[in-house]
Amino acid sequence: MSTQLTPILTKFWDDPQSWTLATYEKHDGYKALKNALKMPQADLVQLAKDSGLRGRGGAGFPTGMKWGFLPAPDGGPRYLVVNADESEPGTCKDIPLMMAAPQLLIEGMVITSFAIGCNHAFIYVRGEVVHVYRRLLRAVEEAYAAGYLGKNILGSGFDLDITVHAGAGAYICGEETALLDSLEGRRGQPRLKPPFPAVAGLYARPTVVNNVESIASIAPILLNGAKWFAEMGTERSSGFGIFSLSGHVARPGQYEAPLGITLRELLEMAGGMRDPSKKLKFWTPGGSSTPMFTDQHLDVPLDFESVAAAGSMLGTRALQIFDETVSVVRAVSRWTDFYAHESCGKCTPCREGTFWLKQIMARLELGQGTQDDIDKLLDICDNILFRAFCPLGDGATSCITSAVQYFRTEFEAGMHTPASVLFPPAASTLFAKETVSA
Amino acid sequence: MISTDGSPNYGVVPSPDTDTYPADVLASLRADAAEVIARYPQARSALLPLLHLVQSVDGFVSPRGIELCADLLGLTGAEVSGVATFYSQYKRHPNGKYTIGVCTNTLCAIMGGDEIWDFVSAHLGIGHDETTADGLVTLERIECNAACDYAPVVMANWEFFDNQTPQSTSQLVDDLRSGLSVTPTRGASKVCSFKEVSRVLAGFHDGLADEGVGAGPASLEGLKVAKAQSATKTRAAKAAPAAKAAQAADTTPAADTAPTADTLFEAPKGTGKAKKK
Repeated sequence: MSTQLTPILTKFWDDPQSWTLATYEKHDGYKALKNALKMPQADLVQLAKDSGLRGRGGAGFPTGMKWGFLPAPDGGPRYLVVNADESEPGTCKDIPLMMAAPQLLIEGMVITSFAIGCNHAFIYVRGEVVHVYRRLLRAVEEAYAAGYLGKNILGSGFDLDITVHAGAGAYICGEETALLDSLEGRRGQPRLKPPFPAVAGLYARPTVVNNVESIASIAPILLNGAKWFAEMGTERSSGFGIFSLSGHVARPGQYEAPLGITLRELLEMAGGMRDPSKKLKFWTPGGSSTPMFTDQHLDVPLDFESVAAAGSMLGTRALQIFDETVSVVRAVSRWTDFYAHESCGKCTPCREGTFWLKQIMARLELGQGTQDDIDKLLDICDNILFRAFCPLGDGATSCITSAVQYFRTEFEAGMHTPASVLFPPAASTLFAKETVSA
Repeated sequence: MISTDGSPNYGVVPSPDTDTYPADVLASLRADAAEVIARYPQARSALLPLLHLVQSVDGFVSPRGIELCADLLGLTGAEVSGVATFYSQYKRHPNGKYTIGVCTNTLCAIMGGDEIWDFVSAHLGIGHDETTADGLVTLERIECNAACDYAPVVMANWEFFDNQTPQSTSQLVDDLRSGLSVTPTRGASKVCSFKEVSRVLAGFHDGLADEGVGAGPASLEGLKVAKAQSATKTRAAKAAPAAKAAQAADTTPAADTAPTADTLFEAPKGTGKAKKK
């Protein structure tokens, strides 16, 4: 029998008015908070550790351990900042979560803030999703009115304010220290680490930065127990996660499943390829910054360890599926444009490297590449990887090196034939059938 | 407010003395700004929302707006410009009433975003970051907007228009230019103006949060499959011999509703762990 899906965060997204506090309370909303406020703070941190929850924003760092890194209270402020700047190409889980069920995030934030001794928490949401921002503002308003936020929450003596902050368009602000600089009203450029945010984060104070989905998982974990969560998924990748299928599948969408599910299983649930006569060509396991996979990798368990062992990263579980109509050179060229556009300019390898990568990819796509171009691409990637200031530079190299690894002949073809001739773009579109048959 | 040759304003030219805010506008801007600044432990954190606020009045980050932000936060104009020019949502010259953003990042581009872009750009006769002569539509190529399961995606003033085609998007811009009210696929009941949306992004709620859907169809695909799985499992459990009755007791109540934590707990037990090694 195939893996069962586990709709926990997505459980009530189909309720009419799923975003309201009333709906949330109907689905056990804020029960976990009532329990949490009676627990010692250290027990809550331990619970997060015992659950094995690992950051859902891509890096997979254990959430409880992150909380545990905060130094002992010194009387000064400590902050929780939720990273809701979801911008990694292919990633589309946090935005629908906050649109459909923002209270899950708010409750998780109150519990987390209580656990780490924070009285002012922030949600940094990207500015390009105005309705999600409205839903968050409204969720915070409702939580204040119900006494889940503000002074003396539910009579516990614990105070918490939440500020929802809109960014203004910059992928780099998804990097946690760039996000903090942006939240401080600066250009969003990453900081040198150490010190890590746990020691010197927002306003140089101890700060926890967690992804939306990580924090939203906290209330269900508290309600059902760390053991419940740890028993889902695999040994070292516990729990459930939202898998986002997009591209050439019959039913793209959000599929919440235990970690360790495979693309083969997910594809079956999603109705297979959009056009069953066309084969799967390549896919990303966790967004464009994770090295691509091919049809050889359909049975790789999608957990942190197995995906790493197969040469990529689980990332944000953003499964972008491309069928055989797609030119890998065109796909990679466009991602490279993205990294060049979003490189913040702080460090040389990334700023200059992406600038050159973009030009080489552009001429390969036009069929005007030179004989040295593949080697040059790999050489530039080699000079960016692990030499850039933050993971943006590393991410820019992933799609190129993996694409050359699996599809070298297509890059070689880029020395004489345009990608649009080898792979006419019209055949790949959502409306391909209309335009082709017309 | 802008240079006479029409070149982009990077905020390096001081605002001329003739271009100050009228007293009433300035008073309300300062009152709003005080509210924004009060949300943060340190005033400078208010800079991003304040720049959205400037756009809500001027329709772009104007020199006078830069100077106002600098004055409010104790910064220099250069410091404020340095921040404003980093972020793509801050406009350096007056924006149209509607920003139409066509996602041309890889996935959307391949699913048809490139065709949409070419068609709409030709239809309007403008390119990236350009505005129609009537001042109504500014066209942009945008990066991934976190809606890949609805590709190809177009944003109108940062509201979602899902599963677009060249025809649907050109209809959208035509409707907006004719003054018709347009409803996003997932969003408020209408597309607000660029200035109105900028005010929301400054943190001033417009009361529209309860409009629109909670989740679009793609967001619910997994939930639909899960419910079908759960129903199958429950039927199997009911039909199962007595030996399985005890285990089935947990899952039976979920027969006609969404799976509960109990049933979910059962499901993955045998799969995830067993799969590993």
